[in-house]
Amino acid sequence: MSRETFCLKTTTIKIAGIDLEVFEAGEGAPLLWLHSGQGFNLKDEFVPLFAAHRRLIVPSHPGFGRSGLPDWLDSMDDIAHVHLELLAALGVDSFDLVGCSIGGWIAAEIATKIPERVRRLAMIGPVGIKVGPTDKLDLPDIFAMPQEEANKLLRHDPERMKLDPRTMSEDEVTIMVRNRETLALLTWEPWMHNPKLKHRLHRVNMPALFVRGASDGFVSAEYLAAYAKLLPKARTLTIDEAGHAPHLEQPAVLAEAVLEFLERAP
Amino acid sequence: MRAWHFSETAYPYLPPADSYPSIRVSLPNRIYDPEKGAALYDRYLDEWLIAEDEGVEIMLNEHHQTATCVDPAAPLMLAALARLSKKARLLILGNPIANRRQPVRVAEEMAMIDVLSHGRLEAGFVRGVPYEILPANSNPVRMNERHWEALDLIVKTWTTHDGPFSHEGRFFHHRAINIWPRPIQQPHPPVWVSTTSPGGAAPVGARGFIQATFLTGFDATRKVFDGYRKGWREAGRGQDVPIDRLAYAALIYVGETEARAKAGAEKLLWYVTSNKVPPHFANPPGYVSVATNVQMLRGADNPLSAFGKRAGMTVESAVETGIMFAGTPDQVLAQINKHYDHVGGYGQLLIMGQAGFLEHDDTVHGIKMFAREVYPRLKALYPDTAISGFPQRAGNAA
Repeated sequence: MSRETFCLKTTTIKIAGIDLEVFEAGEGAPLLWLHSGQGFNLKDEFVPLFAAHRRLIVPSHPGFGRSGLPDWLDSMDDIAHVHLELLAALGVDSFDLVGCSIGGWIAAEIATKIPERVRRLAMIGPVGIKVGPTDKLDLPDIFAMPQEEANKLLRHDPERMKLDPRTMSEDEVTIMVRNRETLALLTWEPWMHNPKLKHRLHRVNMPALFVRGASDGFVSAEYLAAYAKLLPKARTLTIDEAGHAPHLEQPAVLAEAVLEFLERAP
Repeated sequence: MRAWHFSETAYPYLPPADSYPSIRVSLPNRIYDPEKGAALYDRYLDEWLIAEDEGVEIMLNEHHQTATCVDPAAPLMLAALARLSKKARLLILGNPIANRRQPVRVAEEMAMIDVLSHGRLEAGFVRGVPYEILPANSNPVRMNERHWEALDLIVKTWTTHDGPFSHEGRFFHHRAINIWPRPIQQPHPPVWVSTTSPGGAAPVGARGFIQATFLTGFDATRKVFDGYRKGWREAGRGQDVPIDRLAYAALIYVGETEARAKAGAEKLLWYVTSNKVPPHFANPPGYVSVATNVQMLRGADNPLSAFGKRAGMTVESAVETGIMFAGTPDQVLAQINKHYDHVGGYGQLLIMGQAGFLEHDDTVHGIKMFAREVYPRLKALYPDTAISGFPQRAGNAA
């Protein structure tokens, strides 16, 4: 299916009192895609690549994109429950699960709750656990450094990936700012992790692929390996010339690797 | 009109500003010499007590991980002042309760100081400037909501006397609240809240607390006070908002001569010009609204920053913008009159009277000149019985 012909549908679905923005594209076995803290942009190149093979389901997490954010919601675990309810509303039983960065964290929370319904799990630069020493952040504090330094950590090619608010619409800037605010709300303390999660991951026993960009300065190779090790059937993959978001910097390579894993993993 | 001597107990002995990226949060504390710090504490305490002798009230505040204000546990300093001073009102402005994990503990600290000082406490509460977020590891999102839940709980904690009550709120949980001691002042010590926006001032007015605003100059101060009065009236507290509900904080230096005043005022500007803080500390996500951040990303100034674009500030420009009153007694009086009339009046003047390298003798000179040559005239011009919102000068009232 070419980029031009795949059909993308945007709906708003009421879940737990939240107006949830949900994108759907393509046909086939369902694939729940959980976006990163940057949010989801339907113009991203990876979208048609996945939609060509799957029924791609991409909710904007509460507080991201155009999804509402209720007062009571302040954790990734809360979001996992929202997305479980979304799956029920969409009539999805068994599905493949892909999560990027904090989306990986939410994916892990979901997978610990319903491991039997997740067919395959792909984690792209996932966060959500703490494995290193007490006196060193596993994940650098991107809020406590100049934006340019954070961009260097997060991108293989920061210049190419740079967003310029002055060339974006007011709507786009508003979404970007709100995404960042919600990201802070959800990740501030404990920093980027749920201390309980790593003690639950042994139940996540479907085949799992842990991916990171070779230039990712946020999620280190050691962190990814330690994360993967907590799951019974996980392996790791590195994608060259990509940072924390290989789905944005190397969409074709990433899509091929993940789809290959989803199709063929034993 | 009531005046307060406010000192941030700064530690000014720093390396050149271009050698560090931030004076707050990340400046290594090896730069702080505790021996020099001890001498500074002695000196700043003395200055508060001199202000008290001169009939001026005492005010302090709290900041963390910064050379600009080495008072990270302001209730401790206040406890010392409660015993060292004898008659001055003691204003802490304030307790950063959105960043404190236990509002009930704050209520206990304040009640204890009220008792220690025999009922001289004025208890202030602040949301806290954005660079307090990281030192407190406090979530910058939903701070306002935490602030108000904490403050309402503190007032209830002070005013409940029949044994334990419970609080199961959105942010704070207690099963058995029953503090000892309880405050002397009844029903509770005066409550102050600082905000710099009209929207922030409305809930302060609704509760009838004292509203303070810092270095907001002419137009912004008027808007904050308007916001307060709106909140006051909409809460059904009546049409007239008493003048003593409103406070303004400015850099103030009064000198015997114009030359001495100018020299002192220039040193006072350290408070503004030394505040070197990078954007990632000055504007954590969620601290200001999404709409405000969108405007800033599209080129507007940071509305938060009382210090924005003030690197090249001079005494003249500071006076011009209404964040500083400096000069001879006559000059300062005229400056205050102009500001007072423009903003609709205030009953509390918070005097940032020491900063940076303003040495002890010059600080004391400024305190005494204000207390002896300006303060009596302000009291005569602006009685505490006035109603805020329009020019109220005695003998010249509208």
